Amino acid sequence: MTNLSASPLLVAEGLSKFYGSRIGCRNVNFALQPGEVLAIVGESGSGKTTLLNLLSGQLAPNAGAVRYRMRDGETKNLLDLSEAERRFLARTDWGFVHQDARNGLRMGVSAGGNIGERLMGVGDRHYGRIRETARGWLDRVEIDTSRIDDKPTQFSGGMRQRLQIARNLVTHPRLVFMDEPTGGLDVSVQARLLDLIRGLVADLGLAVVLVTHDLAVARLLSHRILVMKDGHVIEAGLTDRVLDDPQEAYTQLLVSSVLAA
Amino acid sequence: MYVAVKGGERAIANAHRLVEHERRGDRNVPELGTEQIEQQLSLAVDRVMSEGSLYDRGLAALAIKQARGDLIEAIFLIRAYRTTLPRFGFSVPLDTADMAIRRRISSTYKDLPGGQVLGPTFDYTHRLLDFALAAEGNPAPPVTAPVDTAERFPRVTDLIAQDDLIERNPPENPGQPVGDLTREPLAFPAERDLRLQNLARGDEGFLLALGYSTQRGYGRNHPFVGEIRMGEVEVEFDIPELGLMASLGEVTLTECQMVNQFKGSLTEPAKFTRGYGLSFGHCERRAMSMSLVDRALRADELGEERTSPAQDEEFVLSHSDNIQATGFVEHLKLPHYVDFQAELALLRQMRRELETRASTHPEAAE
Amino acid sequence: MSRTAENYRGYNFAYLDEQTKRMIRRAILKAIAIPGYQVPFASREMPMPYGWGTGGVQVTAAILGPSDVLKVIDQGADDTTNAVSIRQFFEKTAGVETTTETEKATVIQTRHRIPEAKLQGHQVLVYQVPIPEPLRFLEPRETETRTLHALAEYGLMHVRLYEDIAQHGHIAKTYAYPVLVADRYVMDPSPIPKFDNPKMDDCAALQLFGAGREKRIYAIPPYTKVVSLDFEDHPFEATKFEQPCALCGATDSYLDEVITDDQGGRMFVCSDTHHCETRRCEGHVGHLGMPVTEAAE
Repeated sequence: MTNLSASPLLVAEGLSKFYGSRIGCRNVNFALQPGEVLAIVGESGSGKTTLLNLLSGQLAPNAGAVRYRMRDGETKNLLDLSEAERRFLARTDWGFVHQDARNGLRMGVSAGGNIGERLMGVGDRHYGRIRETARGWLDRVEIDTSRIDDKPTQFSGGMRQRLQIARNLVTHPRLVFMDEPTGGLDVSVQARLLDLIRGLVADLGLAVVLVTHDLAVARLLSHRILVMKDGHVIEAGLTDRVLDDPQEAYTQLLVSSVLAA
Repeated sequence: MYVAVKGGERAIANAHRLVEHERRGDRNVPELGTEQIEQQLSLAVDRVMSEGSLYDRGLAALAIKQARGDLIEAIFLIRAYRTTLPRFGFSVPLDTADMAIRRRISSTYKDLPGGQVLGPTFDYTHRLLDFALAAEGNPAPPVTAPVDTAERFPRVTDLIAQDDLIERNPPENPGQPVGDLTREPLAFPAERDLRLQNLARGDEGFLLALGYSTQRGYGRNHPFVGEIRMGEVEVEFDIPELGLMASLGEVTLTECQMVNQFKGSLTEPAKFTRGYGLSFGHCERRAMSMSLVDRALRADELGEERTSPAQDEEFVLSHSDNIQATGFVEHLKLPHYVDFQAELALLRQMRRELETRASTHPEAAE
Repeated sequence: MSRTAENYRGYNFAYLDEQTKRMIRRAILKAIAIPGYQVPFASREMPMPYGWGTGGVQVTAAILGPSDVLKVIDQGADDTTNAVSIRQFFEKTAGVETTTETEKATVIQTRHRIPEAKLQGHQVLVYQVPIPEPLRFLEPRETETRTLHALAEYGLMHVRLYEDIAQHGHIAKTYAYPVLVADRYVMDPSPIPKFDNPKMDDCAALQLFGAGREKRIYAIPPYTKVVSLDFEDHPFEATKFEQPCALCGATDSYLDEVITDDQGGRMFVCSDTHHCETRRCEGHVGHLGMPVTEAAE
């Protein structure tokens, strides 16, 4: 559930990124509460992936700051973190779900190893326990636990995506970045995956920054929406409000084109 | 009865003797002189000097003789000798614009100041075995023309640069120390000075294959041979204590300046870019390959996406040295009994475990 | 230096010039100061090929003094061709005394083994290293592996071990088995059999590792904690042999398998030839051996 009274988990302040004279994104501001799901929508080239990379510290902004409230309660500017701190944060308190599971999984490593990597990365040295945890997570993302020693190469697209999610959630992150998590999947597979994500997000109280061009995905998963065009946030608000009563002409176009399709 | 293997020392000594014997071959055939190698296998000498990183024709010829014509082995001999030499200073940068030209061609301009000078090239020969040469080859002396010593051969890239159509040479920076990967370990990312040094010593075959791969689409950079020039350049040494510039002599060099795909943006006018190749002696293939790879390795600097092997600095620089490569590949000949024994034991253990499992849970083996 | 032998006139003591040796010694000092950390050094071209021990040879050349006694082994043996060749190299270029007796040596250069005899505080063990980077086969890029070491991100290494157990029921690495040095750096001990791993821990001798082609030197200072990576419930286990050495009857040494005929005949003998000889001289006889006095006849 969204807890609006708590102090925000992640804050973007005047974030801008330029590629030479081209705008990646410009002056983006928002605050993300713990447990809140924020969708960033727009066409390809609108700047949503740039924004995601800025928020997750993978790209340095030309201006602005990203502030994150660490587990100890202290809020820090991501740019002030050392690389070691940033990488530690990224593999413990954060998750990153890529559109192409091959970028988020180790394709040559078994499902169990994929899930266990984060645990071993933070010092777990008990094989049996790591395996039990991996089994638990496979079960939770609806993958038959007998597949624990199979490699992702033997998995279907939907299974890979679910494995990728399990691999990210095993350290109980508070914030997960998702880049078109259902992109490229069959409609029926998409529906099942969305259902799973929705359940996990609610159960675990995850905050999510979700990038998608698919407004149906945004409607199903997100509490709030940012609409991006040419690197600018042109409209923001509660998901239902933005999708049912779009104010900007571009948003209206987006919404109608989806409804028409 | 088994007795532990002994006798390594004698075996090695005998092997050394045998290889010397094989090198000499049939003793009824006159022995090859190093002058003959130097004079008549001069391109082999050039390659050994280039990849051996030592300009000494006599030593290169000796190395080729000692290596029985195995050029990588000869390069190895030169490198191992070179590494022991004390370094007393650095020459003044060579000026290839002042080269005494023996060959100079451009594929970007039909004619240009100084003209095209074909020089000694295989390029337009028909590759037919000359059976007469098997007996004896005393070719007619070459045709000569009066040399105009005042004739200048400006570098083609300098001519293009006059119109600002090609990127400038990087500005001179005399205070900046030049990297030397024979004195400092190579670290990544490497600057262009180190990359060029690495390529200049790199294996000709490796450079050739990489350069070729860029032409076939693995990191294309649309090359034109701006110019290839070959000839003699004076090497000078500055001795500030004596207040004089001493000439150390002449070296033969081949230089290739590649003119590559242009680059520009909304704010910057488009310009051609460059790739550079240089080698000792007459080694056109290596100078050209080097310039292609040099250009490919500038991908980051020029804002190009690195997608291909020739653009991958760590890949190229880590594998270009044939002495390192041949050593590591050939070291597989050395005994590995201990590691093999360890693997053997593990293999047997695993097979035993499978058998045990199969006998205790027959269904699991099905 | 004065002690150069006939064949190498014109070369410095122990081949390398003094400036180069100083450079290598600086790298060694740094390596000792940061146990297990791979120190880049300007490896020189040597008159033997890369892969033949150029790293070890450079380290030995840099630390060797005229009063040192040198032992060189390859696969545990003093008389394998490459050990002979390297020993001869230093006999010629440094004129130092050489030995096959582990106890007598002050510097021992080795390829792929640690001697069976316990090393002492006055000894230095120099390893020849082909690939110094323990993470290399998980991550080919040097820029990335250096970051992983800098941040002590070693999860991936354990993923590899996890995969072994999942697939084979146990860790399937038998040599070049990775270790954690002084609770900080994961290190490749060079391709020694894992049988030898426990000898590195709390060892009285200084252990130096030289990788010539890869241009790295690293070290384990005396009495340093060296732990072979494992899981709590799948602890590291050194290889054990099911039979004793056929020649000397040793039950605690690493054994080489020797094929004795084309009918499948096998025997197992000590890989450390000096260890085996010493035991036989002391009167130990294996089931296929014979007393030393008889063999000498």
